[in-house]
Amino acid sequence: MGKAPTPFGTALKYEKKNLKIVGGNPNMRSDAIDKVTGRARYAADINLPGQLIGKVLRSKHAHARLISIDTSAAEKLPGVKAVVTREDFPDMPILHAASGELMINFRDVTRGMMAREKVLYDGHPIAAVAATSESIAKAALKLIKVEYEVLPHVIDVEAAMKPDAPLLHENQITIGVQPPPTKPSNIAAVLTSKLGDIEEGFKKADVIIEREFRTQATHQGYIEPQASIANYTDGGVTEVWTATQGHFVMRSQIAKLLNMDVSKVKVTPTELGGGFGGKNNVYLEPLAVKLSQKARRPVKMVMTRDEVFRATGPTSGTHIKIKMGATKDGKLVAGHALLNYQAGCFPGSSLPLCAVTVFTRYDLENVLVIGNDVVCNRPKVAAYRAPGAPMVAFGVETVVDEIAEKLGIDPIEFRLKNAAKEGTQTHFGPKLGPIGYIETLKAAQAHRHMKAPLGPNQGRGIATAFWFTIGMETSATLNINEDGTASLIYGTVDVTGGGRAALSMIVAEELGVPHDRVRAVPSDTSSLGFNFMTAGSRGTAAGSMAAVKCARDAITRMIDVAAKKWNVKPDQVVWEDGHARPAGANVGDFKPLSVADIAREAAWYGGTIAGHAEINVVGQGPGFGTHICDVEVDPATGAVKVLRYTIVQDAGKAVYPEFVRGQWHGAAAQGIGMALNEEYIYNKEGRLTNPGFLDYRVPVASDLPKLNAEIVEVPNPLHPYGVRGVGEVPIIPPIAAIANAIYNATGVRIREQPMSPPRVLKALQGAVGKIAAE
Amino acid sequence: MARKYHVNAVINGDAVDFLCEPQQTLLDVLRDELELTGTKEGCSTGDCGACSIMVNGVLVCSCLMLGVEAQGATIDTVEGMAHGEDLHVLQRKFIEHVALQCGICTPGLLIASRNLLERNNNPTEEEVRLFLAGNLCRCTGYNNVVDAVMAAAKEIRGA
Ligand code: FES
Ligand code: FES
Repeated sequence: MGKAPTPFGTALKYEKKNLKIVGGNPNMRSDAIDKVTGRARYAADINLPGQLIGKVLRSKHAHARLISIDTSAAEKLPGVKAVVTREDFPDMPILHAASGELMINFRDVTRGMMAREKVLYDGHPIAAVAATSESIAKAALKLIKVEYEVLPHVIDVEAAMKPDAPLLHENQITIGVQPPPTKPSNIAAVLTSKLGDIEEGFKKADVIIEREFRTQATHQGYIEPQASIANYTDGGVTEVWTATQGHFVMRSQIAKLLNMDVSKVKVTPTELGGGFGGKNNVYLEPLAVKLSQKARRPVKMVMTRDEVFRATGPTSGTHIKIKMGATKDGKLVAGHALLNYQAGCFPGSSLPLCAVTVFTRYDLENVLVIGNDVVCNRPKVAAYRAPGAPMVAFGVETVVDEIAEKLGIDPIEFRLKNAAKEGTQTHFGPKLGPIGYIETLKAAQAHRHMKAPLGPNQGRGIATAFWFTIGMETSATLNINEDGTASLIYGTVDVTGGGRAALSMIVAEELGVPHDRVRAVPSDTSSLGFNFMTAGSRGTAAGSMAAVKCARDAITRMIDVAAKKWNVKPDQVVWEDGHARPAGANVGDFKPLSVADIAREAAWYGGTIAGHAEINVVGQGPGFGTHICDVEVDPATGAVKVLRYTIVQDAGKAVYPEFVRGQWHGAAAQGIGMALNEEYIYNKEGRLTNPGFLDYRVPVASDLPKLNAEIVEVPNPLHPYGVRGVGEVPIIPPIAAIANAIYNATGVRIREQPMSPPRVLKALQGAVGKIAAE
Repeated sequence: MARKYHVNAVINGDAVDFLCEPQQTLLDVLRDELELTGTKEGCSTGDCGACSIMVNGVLVCSCLMLGVEAQGATIDTVEGMAHGEDLHVLQRKFIEHVALQCGICTPGLLIASRNLLERNNNPTEEEVRLFLAGNLCRCTGYNNVVDAVMAAAKEIRGA
């Protein structure tokens, strides 16, 4: 989420109009051909003349003090050109900055990329080597001698919160409690979010349900491992090519961590092989730059899958309690939540976002949320698509389901009765503007999926979601080229491949030209002013605000050229259907000028035409969704098969509908994986036991059914096309929808994720045992 | 420095020869020695399918084969799928059906799908899903991938 929206930000009002391009499906996506032919260039595909290969030595201990690191033997190995350790990086003070939806602290970032006093998790970097070949670099890592003082470790959030737990940071005093505690603890911060009076709320309730949930850490699971190449030069500009969701944010972090001027670093984002929030952070970049600086040659670093799992991502594992109350006529009156979130080895989970949105789908007057941000011996968590929200929804949406059942009200009807709408007070602060939550519930209710027959051991569940869209700094330039085509240089990394198409569609719509006359071209950090990263569903939502501004700016310039040529005033010229035209018959009889006509003569009438936007986008409309899921539970094995799945969501306006649906399918698939299979498993020594796709099993094609995606459009009033962020909401409901469907099929409620066969079987057998005992 | 071996092979119809270290995988050779970077590495343990290629007509994970094992082999990679400007029907259908987002899995999925359709040009949806179960995609949820393969099969059958 980063920072709060500024009062000086830019939002353009929604304009209802007939659209020619936006909302259709383009017949060509500029990134797609190169991706199907293998020509698209991802970070690991780039090679520079004279490059070295960099490799990282990582801790095998979950928690240990670093007594000494001896790199002398590695440095002597022929072919080794540079070695870096903590000695090569300046220490950093406490300094907070926004990095995607999570906040970072440079004191911790420098310790995360290269251990200083201690190693804090299995996989923590201790040293890095650059050599003339990968095999030499690997051999050199084996020659580095590290002396550790192994310390007791703690992996799970509840254990880490105990007063006698091993401490990761000996001086860490919990923030957010009054008076401040005198003893250090692993609880980095306590957060609260309140609305109304929780006790009064529960007094009004006829039904109160309180439940406890546990979820395991999961990984973003992008198929492209992190990769970076750096070329340090003293005189010019240090160039970095990297797989990132935000090249400008990377640039500022590299500059800060290495004490360089921002102007001396240029970052080029490569085609991105998936990120989902996991490529918001620096990992390899500063190491590659430092190695390149020492070796005086380019250095390429690519993570192995094992490194990706052990040392990047994941999301927080959690322990959650949800208590909700309703009156007997079905009105929710109180919601109380306790959220204990793993932050990984440094403070800063997604708790600040989650704590304030636990109940933001319901018109609920009395809310109390208490959250604990807890450090433990795992990699520092990274954002993962609506970070932390699926776990909260697992709790809230299954408790809501129980209350509805207890009151004998249909689960969708119950949600409709309590649905947030325009004017509903949120517990994160403002009242909601126009939103489409009710519309998604009604569309789900009317969906043919709801009528599909269910057989034995089959059940249906529904769950709903809310998530923010963020705005932030967004810059773009639209160049009107000399042949009348237009190039939009954009700065929000296209993390999905559809962003480029969406932005160029919007520019074509604005200019009134065919889509193929506009090309969206990715920027590097030297081609535009600062852009925040693609996070918080902002890629198209915020990027298009800048694109519209650029297009309108360019149109003003083109009108100016026409006015000069016709010797009339600019307000006597209008822009219509891709042409400058006289505003009325009285202006004169002038032949309309196309973009190409104007581009040809622009130099004479003042100079090249370009449109600019350097804005801080605000007014981003939040997104809501409702999912329906049918499962079949195998009573013999506990295996759960998803039979049917439907995603309904308010997109505000889907710029490129087929792509929006595709993104929703992918998010739901990730949510289904999270629900049924995916989890980080640590052994007694605190080592990750499943750092590969064989044992950390993400869904494959045969695990999933056909996914239906239905778009609802309730325009965001503060976007010229009504666009809302679409990418994150659909990962939120699946865990809850599946848990509700399992209950519907078996009568057993499961409150632990993942609902893998052993857990489900245990729960089923427990229920059988209970029935037998009764 | 490890001794290097001299290997000859035919890749996408061209005779090539290369030097490789004995532990280098065929995937590394394709990407690092021959600069055929269309074939991707997602795991190097045979679990993701991003490195799928054809070796002597057999679908393999190139990360599980050594470069030296390619001696005398006929190899096909994604770079050989299109003919000039003419995309392979699967490539066209993948684009039309939005069967790719980030695209990192796409070369592997295309190679595997082509192999499926060469064996069976009238697969059921379930057969497509089972055949592609070795190719991970984290972006699409496979929905549109399956649709694209079914549509390509239909076009190949001339139906
Ligand atoms: S890279 Fe070969 S299967 Fe993943
Ligand atoms: S399109 Fe991104 S992994 Fe398949």
